[in-house]
Amino acid sequence: MSAATVRFILNGEVVEAEVVDPTRTVLQFLREDMRMTGTKEGCAEGDCGACTVVVIEIDRSGDGLELKTVNSCIQFLPTIDGKELITVEGLRGSEGELHPVQQALVEHHASQCGFCTPGFVMSLYALYRTNDDPSRQEIDDALAGNLCRCTGYRPIIAAAQSMYEQSDDWDAKDHEVQLRAIGRDDSLEINHDGRRFFAPRDISMLAELYECRPHATMLAGGTDVGLWVTKQHRELNTIIYTGRVRELLEQRVSGTHLEIGGAVSLADAIPLIIEHYPGLTEMFRRFASPPIRNAGTLGGNIANGSPIGDSMPALMVLGASLVLRKGVDQRELALDEFYRSYQVNELQPGEFVAAIRIPLPDDGVIASSQKWSKRFDQDISAVCTAYRLQLDGDTVTDFRMACGGLAEIVKRAPACEAAVNGAAWNADTIDSACDALASDFSPITDMRASADMRLVAVQNLLRRFWLETSGEAPQTVYTYGR
Amino acid sequence: MGAKTVGKALPHDSAHLHVAGTAGYTDDLPEPRDLLHLAVGMSEKPHARVRDIDLAAVRAAPGVVNTMVASDIPGENNYGSIVKDDPLLADGLVQYVGQPVFVVAATTVDAARKAARKANIDYDELEAILDPSTAVEKESFVLPSETLVRGEPEAALSKAPHRMQRRVSLGGQDQFYLESHIAMALPQEDGGMLVYSSTQHPDEVQRIIAHATRRDSKDITVICRRMGGAFGGKESQAALIGCIAALATDKTGRPCKLRLDRDDDMIMTGKRHDFVIDYDVGFDDAGRILGIDFEFASRCGMSADLSGPVNDRAMFHCDNAYFLENVRVVSHRCKTNTVSSTAFRGFGGPQGMFAIEYVIDDIARTLGKDPLDVRRINFYGKEDRNVTHYQQVVEDNIIDDLFDQLLASSEYENRREDIRRYNEASRILRRGIAITPVKFGISFTSTLLNQAGALVHIYRDGTVQLNHGGTEMGQGLYIKVAQVVADELGIGVDQIRITPADTSKVPNASATAASSGADMNGKAAQKAAAKILKRLIVFGAGHFGVSEAQIEFRDNRVCVGDRDFGFAEFVQLAWANRISLSATGYYRTPKINYDRASFSGRPFYYYAYGAAVTEVVVDTLTGENRVLRTDILHDCGDSLNPAIDLGQVEGGYVQGAGWLTTEELSWNEKGELQTHAPSTYKIPTCSDLAPDFRVELVQNLANREKTIYRSKAVGEPPLMLGISVFHAIRDALADGDMPMPDLRAPATPEAILSALRGAEGE
Repeated sequence: MSAATVRFILNGEVVEAEVVDPTRTVLQFLREDMRMTGTKEGCAEGDCGACTVVVIEIDRSGDGLELKTVNSCIQFLPTIDGKELITVEGLRGSEGELHPVQQALVEHHASQCGFCTPGFVMSLYALYRTNDDPSRQEIDDALAGNLCRCTGYRPIIAAAQSMYEQSDDWDAKDHEVQLRAIGRDDSLEINHDGRRFFAPRDISMLAELYECRPHATMLAGGTDVGLWVTKQHRELNTIIYTGRVRELLEQRVSGTHLEIGGAVSLADAIPLIIEHYPGLTEMFRRFASPPIRNAGTLGGNIANGSPIGDSMPALMVLGASLVLRKGVDQRELALDEFYRSYQVNELQPGEFVAAIRIPLPDDGVIASSQKWSKRFDQDISAVCTAYRLQLDGDTVTDFRMACGGLAEIVKRAPACEAAVNGAAWNADTIDSACDALASDFSPITDMRASADMRLVAVQNLLRRFWLETSGEAPQTVYTYGR
Repeated sequence: MGAKTVGKALPHDSAHLHVAGTAGYTDDLPEPRDLLHLAVGMSEKPHARVRDIDLAAVRAAPGVVNTMVASDIPGENNYGSIVKDDPLLADGLVQYVGQPVFVVAATTVDAARKAARKANIDYDELEAILDPSTAVEKESFVLPSETLVRGEPEAALSKAPHRMQRRVSLGGQDQFYLESHIAMALPQEDGGMLVYSSTQHPDEVQRIIAHATRRDSKDITVICRRMGGAFGGKESQAALIGCIAALATDKTGRPCKLRLDRDDDMIMTGKRHDFVIDYDVGFDDAGRILGIDFEFASRCGMSADLSGPVNDRAMFHCDNAYFLENVRVVSHRCKTNTVSSTAFRGFGGPQGMFAIEYVIDDIARTLGKDPLDVRRINFYGKEDRNVTHYQQVVEDNIIDDLFDQLLASSEYENRREDIRRYNEASRILRRGIAITPVKFGISFTSTLLNQAGALVHIYRDGTVQLNHGGTEMGQGLYIKVAQVVADELGIGVDQIRITPADTSKVPNASATAASSGADMNGKAAQKAAAKILKRLIVFGAGHFGVSEAQIEFRDNRVCVGDRDFGFAEFVQLAWANRISLSATGYYRTPKINYDRASFSGRPFYYYAYGAAVTEVVVDTLTGENRVLRTDILHDCGDSLNPAIDLGQVEGGYVQGAGWLTTEELSWNEKGELQTHAPSTYKIPTCSDLAPDFRVELVQNLANREKTIYRSKAVGEPPLMLGISVFHAIRDALADGDMPMPDLRAPATPEAILSALRGAEGE
């Protein structure tokens, strides 16, 4: 059996949307259908945060709640089926009094034009719910996806620090009861004027659906597919949503690998990865923004195959492989054999990324990844590098380097690796490695950086990595003074 | 009567609405029945004759109701307010990628936007000029070049003990208001039209719609309750959006709304002018400037728009706070095949100031001095050396005192020494510090714009509606003016409803721009309230047989001799005695007079001052940088509302810092803007704010001019405090091997790496 309507909770009330265009965004639904205009559109691409809303669902363990922010402007409405949606209109108390988050913003003069404010309210609300005493850095991280052009942020930070002075009347039990009441195990299937949306619940159903409809659009977090609709105005006739497929939402540590399901969100996958590879912390901290990481998936980042996707250089050097599934067949392919050319990969029609397997670190392995962009937070890398290094004394026994932003796909740097492997890990080797990088990559000039300076940057980033491993580099500017 | 609410840190009047999502912006208004949604078809070429516009596929697209091209415009096809060179819809010639060519009206936003992509436009491409340097070479200008000379610059330069030249490039900036451009037009009876517009200048939207639709101003009403940010971007540009909505309404007879998608907004509408700055400076051993020759070439884009006054202001502010005895400034207003550059907070002032600050920094580094010392030695004097190059006497100079105070509170000297020691020991990370001043002239340089009107109604229950020509874009104008009116009438601000800017209430209002909003509208509203107050006093004196001096309005009460009334009670009594309870107020800024032909006179009523100390850390391998600490001292006179003013200072500084660091506009060789969304155009985020951020307003220093409660304008000046970030970065890069890094703005990591490589090449 499958359901044909989208059912969710909106600010405490159950909503059942009977007929819905599968690519209608949550923001369009709120503003145009519900006439709830508190949530704003600033960019329609998930980069400004004016549209931020909070989504609550039963967590993976099945006995708690998960509460997170998402960008409603690029989230398709059917993806919130079975979940609870909280918008800025839903925060005030029963007497109409402002929520402590809202009150703190007023008291600290933290709104000027006010257009970004509802988005900040929701990001701060999520922080209020999930962190009792955030540091400045945690506040910065929580707000990395919200742009304010008026205040300069100081009063917003002040509000974030003082919002805990009052408590609200949150009762997790109420939300859980309500969520369980609307929950259903069956899959969702919408047919709207011939346009189809499928949300299967298990991997065999997904595999079968996709094999029969290889031209369908696979939708995971929607952080890229959403823009096909809002920016490119593409018509997506058949969508298969992976976000409800049980097996794809699992992640675990086996004896030798981390195994991350193809639909696990970046927000869930990142802590597991950096637990084993702490050298990736800074890159992942700067990776997109909380609402994007909450929706976007590691599998989506990989399958999408952008040459500037930030997860791939690291996964490539770590020797990650992909579990690919088509119908009942499954195969495993090394990530560095996955990409052929610009946005062309090895996936067969009807085949999808079921899981990502990342080897656990061998003893003494050093892994690191660096982002080079105009802004620290929520910026697309002009260059992204990753390294995996194993030393025996001073001699390099295994060195791998991969880069994004330097070619039409993310790729390894074979000449550079060759210059380093077997050599002494010293300045001379790094000099030759830097020279070799020039033969590995012929970058282009675009709005993020010029070809020349991309090459200079990647060479300097490699030098920096070397200095870091020799204990000679100071902390990065990103963490300096914070 | 003592001030009761003026000077208090009251919250923004809409703060409680902002946080609840109940503050209504134009797109939040209930949509009228039969509303059509519009989308604009834009030019894909930077310069071309349009042979044919084939809209057959557009018209056939689902939901499309109507289309419109230039020939459908019944009236004037222009929205250029000063020079009539800005077509609403391209008529046979396109001059930038993104120029509006046609309009689609459809039943939904999506339908309109999808249909707009289906046009087939046939172009005959022409040569395109895409940057200001090429424009200067080809003498392609939107307006004649201007020259301002004082003293004998050539002689001074040739005699100077030291002389130096440099070319610097300075990037533009997108306003990046969070609410993109929007307008909704509704047909009214008998040819009238009501237009809700997100605009800083309702009067201009009204006038230009009247011209375009062959109506009169009386037929058009333009309303704006609030904008989701503007920063100058909705000064002249809003007329385009308002006109398109009005023209579509005129053509279809139905309400029409145009809301620009973010990308379309950034591609279609104007930004801050980028500049190429050439200087030639002569100075003495102490670093005192003896003669200077500036040549500015700015990207004006395809039309004049506000480029005349913007570039004039760049010429005025190329002194910042420094006395330039012998100076020549040449300003080229370059015509390029890119979107027409427009107003942006500072309006040319930031570019002029950036130029002179670069010169000062270079002089100091040439002489091996702390730039601080060279700044101080060149400051305007109080008694002498106090006349600007445009002949205005600087009467209110406080910059020296302000520097003293800030240097002490920021512990500048100690920190400079710490930084010197740190850099000696640090190979890769380097720190830098800079203090820079701001002196910004307040008034529209076009004297006639310095006038404002207001309208105050008191109702029989003692509550008040306040209206004036100013618009609210987040800057807190409405609460400031309400505070003034509250004190004038001796009532609380909660007794006052602030009503939207509305051309039918206050006519002929100037743009809310040039930082003048509170100065002018505050005075106008005060006068309106004072008129009613006077009537009430005269009435009270006559009615109760007391002298006028015995009547006092305060704390929502009226004391008449020994008697005491509630304000409402007294107002009711006055009404019953047929006293008019409504009045207009009008204000014109005094003392200013200025001759544009000779660039001389007093364009500015007064100056606003400020200074900032910024410390940064830079990674010399990656060019990445962060602000570590900021100390600001800024002059708002006697602040009308210190919380609002503090917000302007903080936000302005961060916006200025963004302009000079992360915000980079990029056009490709096809003339296409490549940075047209927040994914590619990077304004500061929360983590970019210095972990140690200290901002103070100058205390107890009234404006020496009789401004509203002796306050000072605060909208634009603080933006230029951000220049200190750029010079702190430059300070971090400079060392013995490279005393004067060739650093361009914005100082992106790439620009910093380029500057560092310049040193290697030498």
